Amino acid sequence: MEDIYADALRGLLEDCCTLRHVREIEAGGPAGALWEAIEGSGFANALLPESVDDGAGLTLADAFALLELCGRFAVPVPLAETMTARALLAQAGVRRPGGSIALAAGPLDADGALHCERVVFGRVADWVLAQVEGAPSRCLLLPVDAAEATPAVAPLDAGLRWPADALAAAPSFEGGEALRLHQARLLAAQLAGALSAVFERTLQYANERQQFGRAIGKFQAIQHQLSVMAEHVFAARMAAQMGCTAGDAPTLAPDALRAAVAKARTSEAALEVAALSHSIHGAIGFTAEFDLQVYTRRLHAWRQAAGAESHWHDLIGTLLVDGRFERSLDLLRAATDPVAA
Amino acid sequence: MSGALSSLSMTAIPPEDEALRAPVRAFLAEALKDVPAPVRARSWSGYDGAFSRALGARGWLGITLPTEYGGGGRSAFARYVLVEEFLNAGAPVGSHWIADRQSGPLILKYGTEAQKRFHLPRICRGESFFCIGMSEPNAGSDLASVRTRAVKGADGWTLNGQKIWTTNAHHCQYMIALVRTSGEPEDRHKGLSQLIVDLSLPGVTVRPIEDLSGDSHFCEVFFDNVQLPADALIGAEGHGWEQVTAELAFERSGPERLFSSIVLFDEWLAFVRTEAGRTPSAVRLAGRIMGQLAPLRAMSLAVTRKVAEGGSPVVEAALVKDLGTGVEQLIPAAIADDLYGRAEGTPVPLELLLTLEYVTQVAPSFSLRGGTRDILRGMIARGLGLR
Repeated sequence: MEDIYADALRGLLEDCCTLRHVREIEAGGPAGALWEAIEGSGFANALLPESVDDGAGLTLADAFALLELCGRFAVPVPLAETMTARALLAQAGVRRPGGSIALAAGPLDADGALHCERVVFGRVADWVLAQVEGAPSRCLLLPVDAAEATPAVAPLDAGLRWPADALAAAPSFEGGEALRLHQARLLAAQLAGALSAVFERTLQYANERQQFGRAIGKFQAIQHQLSVMAEHVFAARMAAQMGCTAGDAPTLAPDALRAAVAKARTSEAALEVAALSHSIHGAIGFTAEFDLQVYTRRLHAWRQAAGAESHWHDLIGTLLVDGRFERSLDLLRAATDPVAA
Repeated sequence: MSGALSSLSMTAIPPEDEALRAPVRAFLAEALKDVPAPVRARSWSGYDGAFSRALGARGWLGITLPTEYGGGGRSAFARYVLVEEFLNAGAPVGSHWIADRQSGPLILKYGTEAQKRFHLPRICRGESFFCIGMSEPNAGSDLASVRTRAVKGADGWTLNGQKIWTTNAHHCQYMIALVRTSGEPEDRHKGLSQLIVDLSLPGVTVRPIEDLSGDSHFCEVFFDNVQLPADALIGAEGHGWEQVTAELAFERSGPERLFSSIVLFDEWLAFVRTEAGRTPSAVRLAGRIMGQLAPLRAMSLAVTRKVAEGGSPVVEAALVKDLGTGVEQLIPAAIADDLYGRAEGTPVPLELLLTLEYVTQVAPSFSLRGGTRDILRGMIARGLGLR
């Protein structure tokens, strides 16, 4: 079932999300046309129940291949995030707007404004589903055009600040503390896709690039670097899959342990794989003109977003040291058994 | 290759196999309650024939072998659960380890009916232990260059040569040896065969090699005109290379590539759980190690499913082993940094430090046994189409 969806999304992205489009939007061009094409395809509703609108009723595990494709194509709008945000809004009984939705978290300032720094896709999203930090934890759906935007490090991101009166008008629901976990596992899935793209491009380059009279992939030193890349890509993909699996119930509720493993392991792999791919590509891979950088910049950006590996290692370590697990093996079982809750 | 990467997905252990865990854990808790951690850390190097027979009596050896040969007739996942519990408890599994993991399945796959009827029930009872005769002096991981030779005569084979790094040969009754039965070492893969060698025969000399920790778990084995019966041959003459390759896939994907340092990790974890032992950096390190082990366990289970379905996922197994032994080696290095990076005078239990000392010393072997890191990376590169 999921292959049909994945093939359809791949076809759509091959047409409307080429690296030329990605570069244009990164350079400040409008994202509206790309989003309209995606909206028209219905993929943003993939996680909505079939009873709602044109929902496809997929679980997050079913949708993993779609999330991965968002990373593989470096989709410069928050498609994966919008899928999840729409499903969360439906569960909370909040009316869903058209347009793309980014995920964020931030504290309330003294004047009652909500300030979210470094919102991933904050520059190109139409809406933000934001967790207001502090108790009781709340989620607000906020229009980006009501926020004061400041630049962030990555070109598609932004710092966003909504004045108190914008918050008062916003739809909201209780219990937003899981939003960071949702974001972590969605980024992990997109990292898995980007890691695969980098690996396949590097493998192809090693088979084509001639030096010293033969393809560089014939040299043992390069072969071993590619083998190590394959190991990291493989492990990261498995971790990302784990993050998107939470029992067999049709629920979006994230499991903190699995989300943490997913983001931590994909972030570690991002660092290793980015370094190895640039090493194998030599100087050409470092140029703006060559496509590799579109992906390796994302590896670093997404590694850092929503908590780099140490942030999530702290959570896993706390669950192990303070948790219900008699042995480390029991934590591993809880993380890896696809049917354990 | 990228197809192989994306074809492996999360895999559940079937409930009937998972059900083995509680009784095994209860048995091990009782059997090992007085065994100190530095001894338990030896686990798959630890030798205890009586312990193996006790496992055999409970039906926990040869659990994947057919019941008609004394086995449990269960799936690869049943064995996965057992082995995972053995290693995590630090059970001394070294005596039956090779027979249970490799030799039994090899005999089942390639052996004659008579060989199966003779060997498999003994393996399942924990009465018959095997070692692997692959490596030779100057051959190491380059198995195609083996020189030990068996010459076929009127009523059997005459065996001459030498094997090395043979784990627990001094405690085993049998070796399955990879030998040259025709051609020369220059012929590489051609002319190799596997023979079952009764180590009690005249002409066999077994000499233990002491390792840097003071243990002697591997050996040199010498063959001087050893007379073997005709039915010592296992499988087809000249097909030793294919048989060994299939055998190594059993060896490379299992839980033993993740858990060689786990007794140390759990011992350290118990210290970190104390008021004196807990620090923010220790909690972070615990998370870092678990964050790497968790996807590896999922990968290892996915490879097990391929084995259970009759596949031979050689490249995937190599990926798991290379990454897994990396974490196994990270654990003692990072724990040493944690414990010896603390302020002078922090009271750390001596037993924990002794466990760390042992694992630190033997850790280099984790990425040597079963194929060195470089050999595995070469296999992965071949799977990627690079060679």
